[in-house]
Amino acid sequence: MPALGADMDEGTVLEWLVKPGDEVRKGDVIAVIDTAKSAIDVESFCTGTVEQLLISVGETVPVGTVLAMIAEPEAQPTAQPPPAGPAEHRGPERPPRPKAPPRRKPKRVPAGAGHPAATTSPLTRKRAHELGVDLAKLRGTGPEGTITRADVERAAAGSQAAPPKPPSRAPSRVRATPRARRLAAELGVDLAGVTGSGPDGSVKEADVRRAVPAREAAPARAAVQPAAAAAARSGAERVQSMRQAIGRLMARSKREIPHYYVGNTADMTRALEWMRERNRELEVSERLVPAALLLKAAALAARKVPDLNGYWRDDQFSPADAVHLGLVISLRGGGLLTPAIHNAADLRLAELMSQMRDLVIRARAGRLRGSELTDATITVTNLGDQGVESVFGVIYPPQVALVGFGKVTERPVAVGGLIGVRPVVVTTLAADHRASDAMTGARYLAEISDLLQRPEEL
Amino acid sequence: MTPDQARLLIEEALAQIAPDVDIGTLTPDTDIRDDLGLDSLDFLRFVEILSERTGTQIAEDDYPQLATLASGIKWLAGG
Repeated sequence: MPALGADMDEGTVLEWLVKPGDEVRKGDVIAVIDTAKSAIDVESFCTGTVEQLLISVGETVPVGTVLAMIAEPEAQPTAQPPPAGPAEHRGPERPPRPKAPPRRKPKRVPAGAGHPAATTSPLTRKRAHELGVDLAKLRGTGPEGTITRADVERAAAGSQAAPPKPPSRAPSRVRATPRARRLAAELGVDLAGVTGSGPDGSVKEADVRRAVPAREAAPARAAVQPAAAAAARSGAERVQSMRQAIGRLMARSKREIPHYYVGNTADMTRALEWMRERNRELEVSERLVPAALLLKAAALAARKVPDLNGYWRDDQFSPADAVHLGLVISLRGGGLLTPAIHNAADLRLAELMSQMRDLVIRARAGRLRGSELTDATITVTNLGDQGVESVFGVIYPPQVALVGFGKVTERPVAVGGLIGVRPVVVTTLAADHRASDAMTGARYLAEISDLLQRPEEL
Repeated sequence: MTPDQARLLIEEALAQIAPDVDIGTLTPDTDIRDDLGLDSLDFLRFVEILSERTGTQIAEDDYPQLATLASGIKWLAGG
């Protein structure tokens, strides 16, 4: 059970997306885990074959519990995911990216040059596995000889000698969106009996709703319970567990971290003019919002002032080598999540904007990935949209800084000896006094302000 | 577009973005951003849905027209 954020103590397996015998690659989503805050897609930390699922759907176990065994090619089965260690050393306090356990052997490409799995997509490998097709015997027709799904299906059709394995239809493998899963649990609908209309036959919310009258028409089937996937927490429970998780982490932050605070006001005239001009030529879906400019400035400034970007652990500051910008996302039902935009300082503004939109949508739909919740190196809260002028945040341990942006408002400002009305934003910083001093914080905010005067460089 | 179609369109868009909002409680003066707690990304999505359904790209300069239900209906209905 990985620690999906510093505030997580335990998790519940909602769904396994793999079964023993399945091949997985590092980064494939293999399970959905429910935490106090949200359902999270959990990725595999290694590549290999699933040997055994140790924790069944619906079980709640502490962080660090082994969930499944994955055999790596020519290696002993590997505990998966790696134990996250005792409570005080979880999450990013460990290496920011989950690493495989030390006993893992160096990966070797199996005999036979150009092992196909190296470039074959997970979907294609899955299809090959379902159809019983040996990828090593195929010639790819995709770019650079990549084996495509069509290659696999052609091979399966042409080979009667290898009868396709029936696709597994175990209840826990029903593909369904989290919303559909939640609704099915509420209505007592068995997902296995629902025909999915989504991609790959995945069950969508509407499919569940359609299934309800059918079920009521046949009362005998009402006994088919419980729903295939374990129920995520209900709304009220979720709010309560979310408050408790936030409370524990923020209390720890205030107890352990000597916060200092600095604030500044940045002129947004140029940034907004530049943005409006740019948006004028773009379709709605590609337009920027001011938050994108602020986030990019925060990320670039974090790279310039590295003393604020990283973790405080073992009584010393460890700077991070990339800027993974945590974003405080409020959920409409209450509470918040703080997933990270990876390598935010290196993203073009349009990319950062689309990732921000994507993160917000997925955070609210319960579709975040584990890696997004564990490796933020500095966090930004942008409460401007809710109308406040300034926000002084509480640092997410083990990070050492939290940046706050208020609402962009028009204010009388003295410019060149005259008073003018200009759009401004109050920027604030809460930072860990163990890792830096207010001089550093002041430099950081000044940097943000400078960057916002040169929006075309963002 | 008639005012009734415009109202329906706005209500459908809001139902997608803020499913927790009871559309029945909206009044003509409801501030679509502040009263419904839409952030700038939600509002962008709102504009995006309206643009898709009406087949016209709503310009950023026209966002203020969508501030309330009443002003939005009037504007979409070509008033």
